Amino acid sequence: MASDIGALSAAAAAAAIADGGLARDELFEHYRARAAADQLNAFTWVAEAEPGAVDGPLGGVPLAVKDLFCTEGIPSQAGSKILAGYCPPYTATAVANLEAAGAPLLGKTNQDEFAMGSSNENSAYGPVLNPWDHGRVPGGSSGGSAAAVAGGLAPWALGTDTGGSIRQPAALCGIVGLKPTYGAVSRYGMIAFASSLDSAGPLTRDVTDAALCYRHLVGRDSADATSVAFPEPIEIPSSERLDGVKLAVPTALVEGEGIEPGVRASFEAALETARGLGATIISCEIPSAPYALSAYYVIAPAEASSNLSRFDGVRYGLRVEQAHLDEMYTETRHDGFGAEVKRRILIGTYALSSGYYDAYYGRAQRVRTVVAQDLASIFEQADMIVTPTSPTVAFGLGERTADPLSMYLSDLFTIPMSLAGTPAISIPSGLSEGLPVGLQICGPAFSENRILSAAHALEQAIGFDGSVTWGSD
Amino acid sequence: MAGAELEPVIGLEIHVQLRTATKMFCGCALGFGEPPNTRTCPVCLGLPGALPVANAEAIHYGLMIGMALESELAPISTFHRKNYFYPDLPKGYQISQFDLPLCSGGKLGEVNIHRVHIEEDAAKLNHAGASGRIEGADSSIVDFNRGGTPLAEIVTEPELGSAEQAGEWLRLLRTTLRTLGVSDVNMEEGSLRCDANISLRPVGTDQLGTKTELKNMNSFRFIERGIRAEVDRQRAIIEAGETVTQETLHFDPKSESITSLRSKEEAHDYRYFPEPDLPPVMITGEMLARASAALPELPAARELRYIEALSLSPESARLFAWRAELADYFDAVCAADKSLDRQLAANWVTELQGRLGEEEAEDSKVTAAALAQLAAMVASSQINQGGAKQVLDQLVAAGGDPAAIVADQGLEAVGGADELAPIVAAALEANPELTERLRGGDMKPIGVIIGEVMKQTRGRADGKEVTALVREQLGLS
Repeated sequence: MASDIGALSAAAAAAAIADGGLARDELFEHYRARAAADQLNAFTWVAEAEPGAVDGPLGGVPLAVKDLFCTEGIPSQAGSKILAGYCPPYTATAVANLEAAGAPLLGKTNQDEFAMGSSNENSAYGPVLNPWDHGRVPGGSSGGSAAAVAGGLAPWALGTDTGGSIRQPAALCGIVGLKPTYGAVSRYGMIAFASSLDSAGPLTRDVTDAALCYRHLVGRDSADATSVAFPEPIEIPSSERLDGVKLAVPTALVEGEGIEPGVRASFEAALETARGLGATIISCEIPSAPYALSAYYVIAPAEASSNLSRFDGVRYGLRVEQAHLDEMYTETRHDGFGAEVKRRILIGTYALSSGYYDAYYGRAQRVRTVVAQDLASIFEQADMIVTPTSPTVAFGLGERTADPLSMYLSDLFTIPMSLAGTPAISIPSGLSEGLPVGLQICGPAFSENRILSAAHALEQAIGFDGSVTWGSD
Repeated sequence: MAGAELEPVIGLEIHVQLRTATKMFCGCALGFGEPPNTRTCPVCLGLPGALPVANAEAIHYGLMIGMALESELAPISTFHRKNYFYPDLPKGYQISQFDLPLCSGGKLGEVNIHRVHIEEDAAKLNHAGASGRIEGADSSIVDFNRGGTPLAEIVTEPELGSAEQAGEWLRLLRTTLRTLGVSDVNMEEGSLRCDANISLRPVGTDQLGTKTELKNMNSFRFIERGIRAEVDRQRAIIEAGETVTQETLHFDPKSESITSLRSKEEAHDYRYFPEPDLPPVMITGEMLARASAALPELPAARELRYIEALSLSPESARLFAWRAELADYFDAVCAADKSLDRQLAANWVTELQGRLGEEEAEDSKVTAAALAQLAAMVASSQINQGGAKQVLDQLVAAGGDPAAIVADQGLEAVGGADELAPIVAAALEANPELTERLRGGDMKPIGVIIGEVMKQTRGRADGKEVTALVREQLGLS
């Protein structure tokens, strides 16, 4: 069986274990060995042994977890030097839920520092390589999680999405990534970037695995006041048709500048496939879309500037000893944070400053309300909105690091849903120049079952083969 | 401005620790005096990934305070983050309230309330080294047990006119909060802390002068002394033709000195913004009904009841109602002897409190039953005022039973013609000159005769009775 283990999806592996055809420790060791031999720099910590059997519906299928999640006694560094070696005394609810459902912790995955980035090049622990082309980025900020799954180093992984950080790396690595409805998954123990936007979700090989993982992630958590009970059970999707489903394409957005021809071609092909499955495609507009990116890059840094204040050298993490308190703060944060984190702290601090609040944070929040209204009015006419996930395929390492604005454009299609708090999934729609292209499908709040169902039908019809990278590192 | 008479304008900001079972945003039990950092968790230590959850009991207490202060209660109240760096603030921000506080406006006594909001307390810093402050300390250690304790911040309008008035009003507030049962209101232990905003203006104007903020005074005496010292300091500045600088000040009660903590230029920009980790608090009818049902009799109602039902003088009624512990003691005295005249009982409670100073009557050696007995002995003329005061002195010093003290020391009143007439006659005889003047209608020397009788009776005679006997024996009536 060993040679075939890597070919099994998480759901298939769980079924094989349940049937007795596969031993849990054999499965764990297969991935543990691959993760330990990681050539992608996807992992920042790998378990030395299976952490102990918890029987559950996830069947012992090992889980890679983005380093943004706190894991008790295990380094949780959020990609930052300021948390180097930090081992929290507790485990995040999302991780604990999956562990309790039977998914043992395989390792912690690399990421952009505090989830700020779209290429995974902002990690204090080095960039992650894209398993499709080691000269390219895996996307970010959940780049380690995406590369680990795509590279066959983990059967599935947990990531976080604030402006696209699950969907965009999933797209760039040719896998599935689900960003939930805001509040559906507890944020407790997830190191905060932008509290009103942060969400935790799965990165998986296929849509079925995403649904299987997600059904154990959702739920109200008394430790997270913004969490809500999911109104219905998450179903394992089986639909192969899209009859009666109305998909809306925000025409101006997807035909704008910056979208690569190969990405557009793959997107057009996916629309054709959807029509073939019985879907109706309509055109729509998100009038506020041109302002969404700007609003996001005010709100997220503003919240981050406050959330990151706790990294002050007093209680944990890096402390640069100084004679005076203010100097200790300054030097600790100077040495501990990377350039992109400092940039966002500065932007956010400015946006919240007395006299500028209304012009920046206040206005951005008003834009956010309009974006949510724009999406809601589209959902009155259509079941779902579809866009490419990213305007481009994976770009070269170092290609955009000198130009933050071009990096920010990576999230052009994913940010409106983040601002609106609505769920969205990215599935592979094909290849462009030999690199994966992602298709984003999003619906109104708590429509995850419908999104997963549509994604499943399209996935079956598209027949994307990601297996080429599963043993390729 | 020199020459015009100046009056102080004082506003108070009071922080009250709420006596909830757990902290404001986590499940840690509140503590006082436990070993450092034993009442902590990821939330109140500000660990990465931890999130706050608002304490419903603290909101309930906040609503009770708002109702007691006749505030307008917000239908929707939100938390904000107040951002600044300090080692006692583990998240780098305090969760507080900003534009939608739980309670707005209101009134207590004669003073209008500006607002009441809910927030979390900071941790406690201990500075090693000579300065006792963080600057110049050899090292500072943080105890997070206090961090996250629920606080209600009560802000008055700037309407208090003197240190004494501020002190008196603060006692009323303290009584109100204690009656509500929402706080221990112990200034020494820090469960009630007071800052004062102080400015001066010419009498008769209503424009506010430049104010200073006097921080964290932890006893009623310090507050009154601190405010007085700051008023004097500002008056001297203005009278010298100079201007007061807006700054935050520290009053050192030991040296009576006032030092600057920071000037307006150094003031923080707190970058308030809505706390994204906490949804708005919706105040439901159910929450209001529960708070309303939990309200006990408040000082204003108690004052009215004492006047109307017990026929106390307005002075006694207010004195007690504004000081719940004293009123409770008064109630206990009345309960110990239901036939006692209430005003007489009130007078003796007041007499007792005058001797106790800051100590509470219920904590003294004088039991309510003993005081009731003493008052009853006065009422039945078994003992006179002077004798009763002597007994009270002894009760305050050592406690005991008034009747036994009277019997032991022979303090019974000396009264009635049989007992007192010979003593009066002797006093007149011993002072022939004065007796002549009295006989001529000049009543001034009567005091000397009364004094003489008191001396002979060790104060056990009644002055009025002595006067009557003098008149009778000299044929003046």
